Amino acid sequence: MNYNVLLSQMLESTLMTLRIFFITTVFALPLGMLVALGRMTKIKFIRIPVSFYILLMRGTPLMLQLLFIFYGFKPIFGIQLDRVLSAEVAFVLNYAAYFAEIFRGGIAAIPRGQREAAKVLGMTRSQTFFRVLLPQVVKGILPPMGNEFITLVKDTSLAQVIGVVELLKTTSDWVSSAVSMVPFAIAGVFYLLMNAVVTRCFSAAEKHYAYYR
Amino acid sequence: MPVLTAHNICKSFGGEEVLKGISVDVEKGEVLTVIGPSGSGKSTLLRCITQLETIDSGEISVCGDTLVKTGSGGKAEYSDRAACNRIALHMGLVFQNFNLFPHFSVLRNITEAPVCVLGKTKEEAEKTARALLQKMDLADKADAYPCQLSGGQQQRVSIARALAMNPDILFFDEPTSALDPELTGEILKVIRSLADEHMTMVVVTHEMAFARDVADRVIFMAEGVIVEQGTPEQVFGCTQSERTKAFLSRFNSTGV
Repeated sequence: MNYNVLLSQMLESTLMTLRIFFITTVFALPLGMLVALGRMTKIKFIRIPVSFYILLMRGTPLMLQLLFIFYGFKPIFGIQLDRVLSAEVAFVLNYAAYFAEIFRGGIAAIPRGQREAAKVLGMTRSQTFFRVLLPQVVKGILPPMGNEFITLVKDTSLAQVIGVVELLKTTSDWVSSAVSMVPFAIAGVFYLLMNAVVTRCFSAAEKHYAYYR
Repeated sequence: MPVLTAHNICKSFGGEEVLKGISVDVEKGEVLTVIGPSGSGKSTLLRCITQLETIDSGEISVCGDTLVKTGSGGKAEYSDRAACNRIALHMGLVFQNFNLFPHFSVLRNITEAPVCVLGKTKEEAEKTARALLQKMDLADKADAYPCQLSGGQQQRVSIARALAMNPDILFFDEPTSALDPELTGEILKVIRSLADEHMTMVVVTHEMAFARDVADRVIFMAEGVIVEQGTPEQVFGCTQSERTKAFLSRFNSTGV
């Protein structure tokens, strides 16, 4: 087994893992916030479909969603998405639903008095949301968000079911051709390192917000 | 012209009538205290006037501007959003549990609304805020966060926050109910000094001695109606209604 080649291939496919991770966070966070607001609105025509979307995304396997989007997009919409884009779409849609529920919990946890104080002071709804509520929501949801981010790092390995070559796919190919468990151990270390970084970032964020309450 | 006119306000929560036709006027510079047992609708009245609740029927005008009037169907009809927002700026409200913004410093708590609602510059707003903090005896706390302050200090910051908007009328919703007796004294002193400056105020309180001493006029509410009102001498001295007498009996016998 040529370790130089192994490591360079594993590093290369780690880039794909990181790509799915970053695309998902960048798009699923704002989408999740919109979904959370849709889930909380009094307007039925928005709330009911949004609730169904959340049920669908959380109630079916991510792997199934990956397969469905990759193989099912063309028959339904007439365009074939490539493998990586399919994976990204599936991850964003799936994680937005989980993020939405975390946001919803975070928003609900802010005492009603905060909104009332802002209202009495004459702030508009968007001022109230962005200046008063959101900063407090972010602080409150850091622990569950940390969980979700760690899970996401590991979930990226599911993308291989539609042929995306990410870290675990490269690793298991090496394992079967070299008949050695070593690549698995190395992959474990890779995932662990990535999640150590994620954990550090969240600890730092929690520390940043520790100045109040 | 009264600063506040409220006429025949009715409000129900899920079939239960909380306000059963309350009418109250407040003149400029007047201090009105509202007393009464818990659940009598005092806080709800303040919340309706300050637009935190919507009323079912009745009329409210602030500084001559109509917030809501009873329409032809007997239901309350609110003015358009712009008018409601304009009217909100005439009024300040101090909450029982302060509701300071925990993620902002004391100074930012006070400057936030003047800057983003009134469009003042940051320097201007901070100048006003520091003057108010000075007045509240909190000049050294400008950079502290609410969680670092005592309840009495937090309540003084929230009074400063309300005053920074320069309201025409200031409402207090049981401002001392979350405080111990010592801190209560702090807050009552502040309200008293505002009364001396002829700030127009409506104070809902369970502090009977304070309600009597600071007020130009006292309202006693029970079960969603105004049972008795008049000067402190009238309400506390020669009480007319049996209900008021019963409520005040404990206060009068202990004298606190």
